[in-house]
Amino acid sequence: MFSSVNSMEWIIGVGERTLVRVQGMGHMFLFLLRAIAWVFRPPFRFDQILKQLHFIGFKSTFVVVLTAIFTGMVLALQGYYSLQKFGSEGLLGSAVALSMIRELGPVLAALMVTARAGSAMTAEIGIMRITEQIDALETMAINSLQYLISPKIIGALVAVPLLVAIFDVVGIYGGYLVGVKLLGVSGGSYWSSIESAVEWRDVYGGILKSVSFGLIISWVCCYKGYYTKMSSEGLGKATTEAVVLSSVLILVWDYFLTSVLL
Amino acid sequence: MITLKGVEKSFGKQQVLQGVDLKIPTGKLTTIIGPSGEGKSVLLKHMIGLLKPDRGEVWVDDIDISQLKDRALNDVRKRFAMLFQSAALFDSMNVFDNVAFPLREKGLALESDIPRVVEGMLERVGLVGAGHKNPSELSGGMKKRVGLARALVMGPEIILFDEPTTGLDPLMAKTIHDLIRSMHRVFGFTAVMVSHQIPEIFGISDWVAMLKHGKIIAMAPSKEFQKIEDPAVREFISVNEENIVQV
Repeated sequence: MFSSVNSMEWIIGVGERTLVRVQGMGHMFLFLLRAIAWVFRPPFRFDQILKQLHFIGFKSTFVVVLTAIFTGMVLALQGYYSLQKFGSEGLLGSAVALSMIRELGPVLAALMVTARAGSAMTAEIGIMRITEQIDALETMAINSLQYLISPKIIGALVAVPLLVAIFDVVGIYGGYLVGVKLLGVSGGSYWSSIESAVEWRDVYGGILKSVSFGLIISWVCCYKGYYTKMSSEGLGKATTEAVVLSSVLILVWDYFLTSVLL
Repeated sequence: MITLKGVEKSFGKQQVLQGVDLKIPTGKLTTIIGPSGEGKSVLLKHMIGLLKPDRGEVWVDDIDISQLKDRALNDVRKRFAMLFQSAALFDSMNVFDNVAFPLREKGLALESDIPRVVEGMLERVGLVGAGHKNPSELSGGMKKRVGLARALVMGPEIILFDEPTTGLDPLMAKTIHDLIRSMHRVFGFTAVMVSHQIPEIFGISDWVAMLKHGKIIAMAPSKEFQKIEDPAVREFISVNEENIVQV
């Protein structure tokens, strides 16, 4: 009798927690839909979008370039070591380029943007929530989603693919530096193997991934900031959750998208 | 006129408002007093639609704003302004841009006229030449005055003041109260203020209402309110007055 009561309470507890989770996901999804809907309603905030492009895109360029060059370099080192065993060093360029364009470029650039711009987005919006600046916008009959969130989503959708493109190019050059200049692979074979191996669908897949990662970063980070708890501890927790959830979602979504695109 | 009918609001298991009935007279300065944590700010936020009641109605003239969607609610909000407890200045903008923000966003003035309008409003609140300063460089009293300038610049019919003197020294609190009173006389807006400042609020308010246990337990013109015999009202007024005497 006692154990059956305990089991029932456990089942009720699991049910309640599941409902809360599902409700939370629904709330998050509606937040995204509303923010996207406000993009198409006047007034169109081009100045805010440009500001976000500068913040998410331009200001992330340095860290993306730095990450890309070392990723390309280490990829060339590892690739050369493996390919050498089969006497296929000439394929180093294609190995580096395909890894960059299809997988590492979109994923690593997105993770860097999450760490640099995503966390800042959550903190900025969260502070505005705690200090009642978001309420102040609403009282002035300015929709806070349209003013604050929609430009960030558009900014990320445009900036992340551009950053990924930069990451790919710089990474391939990083591979060139190590493979050709350091390890002595022929420069001609490095570039020609890229030309013959990389297809449009590889590039297209990378762009599709980067656009979806841009959406994930801006959506998750803006949501966590917008609904932060009204304390400094709550803001710290929201920022951590935003970075962790964005990063996990990027990796999980990357797997599903890759399995569809292959 | 703002009218609240049976407004109830809960946060989790805590019921903050338990059936508030309240009528705010047009063109008057009404102050809502009451113990801390009783939901005075929550009540104020219902009047401008920042919070929606679980039950009950919030009427602004002939519109029940508790039923309105985003766009329609924004149309009603154009008649309002609000001065927040923290002043809620945009920390990414300087004082000038904070005051100019609603003018630019709402297209209330030509860009060429904005400097004249903003400087004029800063002069009214005693902040001449402070336009270039950032909110982080301002004292608490200056922030409240910038907040007031930002509220007034929109020419609202109704202004809500959420504890406008909290965190200020008594002298600065009196300055802000006097400023609110004089601006109210000049512009003739309907004002609703939440405050703890007893007895100062009796000198500046036309009407006073008291919120306790989630309900309005008394409301009267300022002079008559001080004579109310209700034990809860008497206790609240006398305790606050005693505190001031002790200080």
